[in-house]
Amino acid sequence: MRIEGVPASAGYAEGPLFDLDRPPAAYAGKATATEEKTSLQAAIGTAVIRLAAMAEAADSDAAGILEFHIAMLEDDALSGPAFASIASGQTADVAWREALDGEIAGYEASDQDYFRARATDLRDIRDQVLRILTEDVDSAAPSGAILCGEDIAPTRFLETDWSHGGGIALKAGSTASHVAMLARSRGVPMVVGLREPLADLAGMALLDAEHGSIVLAPSPAEIGTFRQSSASFAARQGVARRFLARPAVTKAGTAVRVRVNIADPSDVDGIDIATCDGVGLMRTEFLFGKNLPDEETQYRAYRKVLEWAGEKPVTIRTVDAGGDKPVPGFTVEEGNPFLGLRGIRLSLARLDIFRVQIRALLRAAPHGNLRVMFPMIATADEYGRAAALFAEEQAALAARGVIHKMPPLGIMVEVPSVAIAPEAFAGVAFFSIGSNDLTQYVMAAARDNAAVAHLNSVRHPAVLRLIGSVTAFGRENGIPVGLCGDAGGDPAAIPSLLGAGLRDLSVAPAQLAMAKAAIADVSV
Amino acid sequence: MSAAAEATVLITHDVGLHARPSVKFTKLAKTFAADVEIALAANGPWFDAKSIVKVMAAKAPKGTVLHIRASGSGADDAVRALIELVQRDFDEDAGHVRSA
Repeated sequence: MRIEGVPASAGYAEGPLFDLDRPPAAYAGKATATEEKTSLQAAIGTAVIRLAAMAEAADSDAAGILEFHIAMLEDDALSGPAFASIASGQTADVAWREALDGEIAGYEASDQDYFRARATDLRDIRDQVLRILTEDVDSAAPSGAILCGEDIAPTRFLETDWSHGGGIALKAGSTASHVAMLARSRGVPMVVGLREPLADLAGMALLDAEHGSIVLAPSPAEIGTFRQSSASFAARQGVARRFLARPAVTKAGTAVRVRVNIADPSDVDGIDIATCDGVGLMRTEFLFGKNLPDEETQYRAYRKVLEWAGEKPVTIRTVDAGGDKPVPGFTVEEGNPFLGLRGIRLSLARLDIFRVQIRALLRAAPHGNLRVMFPMIATADEYGRAAALFAEEQAALAARGVIHKMPPLGIMVEVPSVAIAPEAFAGVAFFSIGSNDLTQYVMAAARDNAAVAHLNSVRHPAVLRLIGSVTAFGRENGIPVGLCGDAGGDPAAIPSLLGAGLRDLSVAPAQLAMAKAAIADVSV
Repeated sequence: MSAAAEATVLITHDVGLHARPSVKFTKLAKTFAADVEIALAANGPWFDAKSIVKVMAAKAPKGTVLHIRASGSGADDAVRALIELVQRDFDEDAGHVRSA
């Protein structure tokens, strides 16, 4: 029986199931309110001592969580209502449970994911004290087991020995929980949000936390398929680990810069900045999804990515709406949208919208190493007009005393006119080759038309020759040239791109390791 | 000696004034004799800055303008120190939250 869920930490686990939701033992009530009070004080004290011992042995992420638990337990504001309830005749266990359930309800009602996820920490705090009160000897999960239940306490995660495999499968749970963060950093497979309860906890199970499912009482065929997927995942992880952490270098020792393409600012949350050379392309269309974003929304999005990247360059592309990316209230209906009012053409036609983005970029620039590029540039005049708008908005911000900085301004090389006659752009700060559009325009084959997909190859000699001549022009004139299309992350295309002279590729985050591995195989 | 001080600061830390930042914030607040309170608006409600339960209850996400006020001995120093802690993003590395 297979139950689907949401992957919270990728990986595979095969083993017996362990029930996290065993009912707690009963509490033996005391004779007087004073004794109840002493009993609760002692239980809280013991919990703090246990947590402190655990924090001592934990790494910094886990220690941070445990210190939070300790601080909560030591705060009279948490236990106050419980002690008040004891004074009016309640037993220690019920008083504590009710007081904590009140706090937990407050967290669960929050509209912020992060805050809701803290309810798990509060339940953990509640149950630690309850277990001590009831003197429940907490049996540890067997090594290699898949822990399953409604939710899991962070301390349970930290107590468990993960050195022999094992995993976590939860009915509730959240990918933003402390345990999910810990599981990702330790590589413990975890699935949350299972669609059905686990009916039968006897026997073994197969946890696929790469795609998000658990199989109970698996058949031999299911076990065979599972082990193949698991081995393939391990092999891919092995490649990733070998190449991801290292700078990209070819067989001949040539260094290649590998950056990432991102869209939503939250994309960077899952990327270790040490594994890449910055952001080669941050698309901004996503900001324009439902309605036009205000300056503050854009500023915050750009600033988040700039701060994440630190000193490494972040190249943000001004909005590239139109073509296959319509935006209500912005783009226009056209018979041939790929050849119409898109990219910089649209921005220059809608200055009210473009100026907002320019101001947000100028204000975000002091927070990192920003570069800005314009999409769909066909003539030097378009670049000149866009650069002049930056200068105008800069002067206006300076006059208002707003902190800002002028970033280097570059262009996408994707319209053939630029690739054929780059000398008109000798004054720009950098070139970024948009291989998807350059290929479709050179080959006259729409990207979104499967019938002509065979024509859409970046490795056609005509496309490669243009990439080679743009790269040579950049080298001769001191203009950095990179590539940020899908071809940059395609292992089959990488040898040709490096052969054409490129040393700067930008790829999807998931392709980072594979791209570095492919580069290591090239002998230029 | 009695004094009062009040100031505001923008929270730039990624997830706001939550678990780990709150631990640091309340620990620092407790080192001062003055009464210290925080609020998300100038007119309150005000929360005890020395209680992590209360500080967490303020639910201050990233981008919040945090109001901090103190009264009593060392009020100025307390407000200044707490403002600086928030400005330093609670001394956490930008990339630590989710490195995997």
